[in-house]
Amino acid sequence: MIRATTFGLLIGLLGLSFTASAVDPSDKLEDPIQNELYLAITKEVRCLVCQNQSIADSTAPLAADLRREIRRMVEEGQDETRIKNFLVERYGDFILYRPRFRSWNIVLWLGPVALMVVGFIALAMNIRRRKSLPIDEDAP
Amino acid sequence: MIPEFGHIALVIALCIAVLQSVLPMVGAQRGNVAWIATGRPLAHAQFLFLAISFGCLMAAFLQNDFSVEYVAKNSNTALPTMFKVAAVWGAHEGSLLLWSVTLGLWTSGVAVFSKSLPNAMVSRVLAVMGVIAVGFMLFILLTSNPFDRLFPAPFDGADLNPLLQDPALIIHPPMLYMGYVGFSVPFGFAIAAMLAGNLDQQWARWTRPWTATAWLFLTMGIALGSWWAYYELGWGGWWFWDPVENAAFMPWLVGTGLMHSLAVTEKRGLFKSWTLLMAIAAFSLSLLGTFLVRSGVLVSVHAFAADPARGLFILIFLGIVIGTSLTLYAYRASSLETQVGFTHFSRETFILLNSILLVIAAGVVLLGTLGPLVFGALDLGSVSVGPQYFELVFLFPMLPLLLAVGVGMHTAWRSANPRELFRRLRWPALGALVAGMFVPWLVFGSVSLLTALGVTIGLWTVIASLIDPAKKLRGKGPRITRSMVAMQLAHLGLGLTVLGITVTSAYTVVTDEGMKPGETVDIAGYTFRFEETLPVSGPNYEAIQGVFTVSRNGAELTQLRPEKRVYRVQTSPMTEAGIKAGWGRDLFIALGEQLGRGAWSVRIQYKPLIRFIWFGCIVMAIGGLVGISDPRYRQRARAKAAADGVTATA
Amino acid sequence: MAGKLKFLIPIAVFAGMVAIFYKGLYSDPTLVSSPFIDKAAPVFNLPTLYDDQKHITEAEFKGRISLFNVWASWCPGCAREHEMLLMIARDTDIPIYGLNWKDERQAAQKWLRERGNPYTVNAVDRDNVTGIDWGVYGAPETFLIDGEGIIRYKHIGPLTPEIWAAEFLPRIETARATLAGADS
Repeated sequence: MIRATTFGLLIGLLGLSFTASAVDPSDKLEDPIQNELYLAITKEVRCLVCQNQSIADSTAPLAADLRREIRRMVEEGQDETRIKNFLVERYGDFILYRPRFRSWNIVLWLGPVALMVVGFIALAMNIRRRKSLPIDEDAP
Repeated sequence: MIPEFGHIALVIALCIAVLQSVLPMVGAQRGNVAWIATGRPLAHAQFLFLAISFGCLMAAFLQNDFSVEYVAKNSNTALPTMFKVAAVWGAHEGSLLLWSVTLGLWTSGVAVFSKSLPNAMVSRVLAVMGVIAVGFMLFILLTSNPFDRLFPAPFDGADLNPLLQDPALIIHPPMLYMGYVGFSVPFGFAIAAMLAGNLDQQWARWTRPWTATAWLFLTMGIALGSWWAYYELGWGGWWFWDPVENAAFMPWLVGTGLMHSLAVTEKRGLFKSWTLLMAIAAFSLSLLGTFLVRSGVLVSVHAFAADPARGLFILIFLGIVIGTSLTLYAYRASSLETQVGFTHFSRETFILLNSILLVIAAGVVLLGTLGPLVFGALDLGSVSVGPQYFELVFLFPMLPLLLAVGVGMHTAWRSANPRELFRRLRWPALGALVAGMFVPWLVFGSVSLLTALGVTIGLWTVIASLIDPAKKLRGKGPRITRSMVAMQLAHLGLGLTVLGITVTSAYTVVTDEGMKPGETVDIAGYTFRFEETLPVSGPNYEAIQGVFTVSRNGAELTQLRPEKRVYRVQTSPMTEAGIKAGWGRDLFIALGEQLGRGAWSVRIQYKPLIRFIWFGCIVMAIGGLVGISDPRYRQRARAKAAADGVTATA
Repeated sequence: MAGKLKFLIPIAVFAGMVAIFYKGLYSDPTLVSSPFIDKAAPVFNLPTLYDDQKHITEAEFKGRISLFNVWASWCPGCAREHEMLLMIARDTDIPIYGLNWKDERQAAQKWLRERGNPYTVNAVDRDNVTGIDWGVYGAPETFLIDGEGIIRYKHIGPLTPEIWAAEFLPRIETARATLAGADS
């Protein structure tokens, strides 16, 4: 599943598991709006030791620690951007599943837009050209 | 001895594949009839020996022959027989063998069902497929031999990964492989046609049924995988945008575009170079998927054990096969400009729009999947691209595409009258819009703009697919051909899937609770009562089963029994969700961790319309099946005559 | 349209992809680059392992080249690198500061008693507060910090003589040169 490096082994020992309901229900925040924010952020934060789960789904101890920090910050009234900045400063862009719109990440966001633009230009050019050609009525 | 037989059979199959990739091709280029004639028998012989080899590996599993390393690593005496069968393709080596056998089956299939085609053409196709077979068999023999012996043999095996011990996983990989290996046939036809320099409409007609067959298998394979992930991975998601899922999804997107574009090329002789490119791209993306899954360049949930040596081999192979095809394409495609027109409002325009948007969709998925890899390779830092990204950017091409489907299928070839079409479609469209906005609001109490749009588009596609059949039922519509039924079914399925996706995403209710036996939780009008936990033991696992009674308005509805399993050999905890399936909604319970003092963390979900996602895929696949059954593709005499005629005029 | 050149676009795109894949084959995607390289060591203030009343902070790193090693007694990778740490402590003048991470004080002291103590001093981070500030996501991890208190390198996983020679020694040399320059 993961490269058999010592680090992979380490990850394995730290507990790579596919269990549901990792989030301890006692995690719930009192304020429903804050709870929404908390859930949204934890779903978007990648668990670093299990790497293909969000910390909302992970049972890894590190995920629990990060949930605790995020919960604290949400309760302090910090907004989404500040909390995400806090995480990225420490763990890099790798920790967010939705790349932030900055530095090279912009390529990931503008790429799809560029593809759409190029696609529609190609479509328009082709249709314009075809319009002036004879319509072949005998084809099957 | 049996594993050695398997090994030898594989070596023989490789030798045959080498002959198959040379003799028929040289024969076809030189017009040597005897050499051309070697293609079919070689194809059958190759498949036969591959099947023997595959059978030997399966025998090793069934006999618990742990002296074979691959068996020792992926099986166990306590493993139920049906999972021993599935374990044959449960890991890297065996799944590659399955890949090769599947390719052998397709090759043999082409040899059988191509009696009406010119022999030179068939032999070129078989030779191209032979080259691919050589690459894969070499890969198996040089880096990933499933028949390698282990000395001393262990007393018992390490067992199959518990995640894979599931009935859906028995048929999911074969279906998936039938799908993306199947795209080697249109690929073979495209290359053969380019080599022959004979790119008339005929090759498109030959290719269509093969493409549709591969596509319907891939559709089913992906749907099965998604269904499996939903109930087996344990947290109720049905699509994770994981690199491995994307690897199967990209060929599907391009393959779908290819089917549409092939129709235009066949009927109207248009878009030849574009269709060729898509035929190459669909299979190239299948190969790329194989590379991504097996080389360890990306972090994925279901990746196989990674090994740079294996990765390098596939990369070189990829470079040769795709590089050569694209070079050939660059050389040939420029002479394919057709001087045939259509007006801007016509079926042609819509299909061109469709295939461009599908290619963009595949491009977007490719960008997101490879993004982390590109960033790493160019030292731009580590980045993650997850569901939150894909769910947003995938809408860019998908929304316009889905809006266009319903209109496109009612638009005439060459030139359509927009005013007449508007008159015909305005009431159904308005109905979809009104229903899309109000029905979700009435049923679920709230609706967001995106949800209303999604429901509208889904309903619109469903209604648009049913307009003509409904008219026909009342005895006044136009004649409906089999290919039209195929199209209507496929689009109906698409509409249903879109509805399922939209409603599930918008209105799923999830709650994580800490529950003790005797406690109840209410969500979405249902009451879940945690009765007790029971110890349960399976053939190769121990489990704790939670018993939940579900009731609605005081009336008991069902009992759900989610389990938390620990497999004896691999000792990893697995969650087996308890699911009450229904057309309107699923009720889903997963048992989590023990919280102490008799309490358990429990995830309970209400997932409306989730079955539509997979049901829609089944309907799509049935559409594909109807399309293939079109007798048009089996009119031997006509096709043969047409082949000669068109070749002469082209 | 764009003429015949447009038919070369697919092969060009593909060639670019192959180049990137080739590079990707030889790098491990599970290794995440640290955003702390060439940045000042994050602020912390933690009690030491043997004396709960005594605290150490990042100021400790100033004025000399040092290692900051994240470890725990429950961590198998740490057991594997322990020999290496002892060797560094014995054969070089580089102090190793420890971050005893998500561990029990008793267990950690017992571990050092049994295996030998390569650490100059250990900071105790039971609740992974400093760990998060330092972007730690597993043990063992080893930071190289220069005389200015700037992080120059981070290694994830057990230290080995190969990694020490290839990644640490050259950077230590550079840091030494800067330090000597600052002194004179």
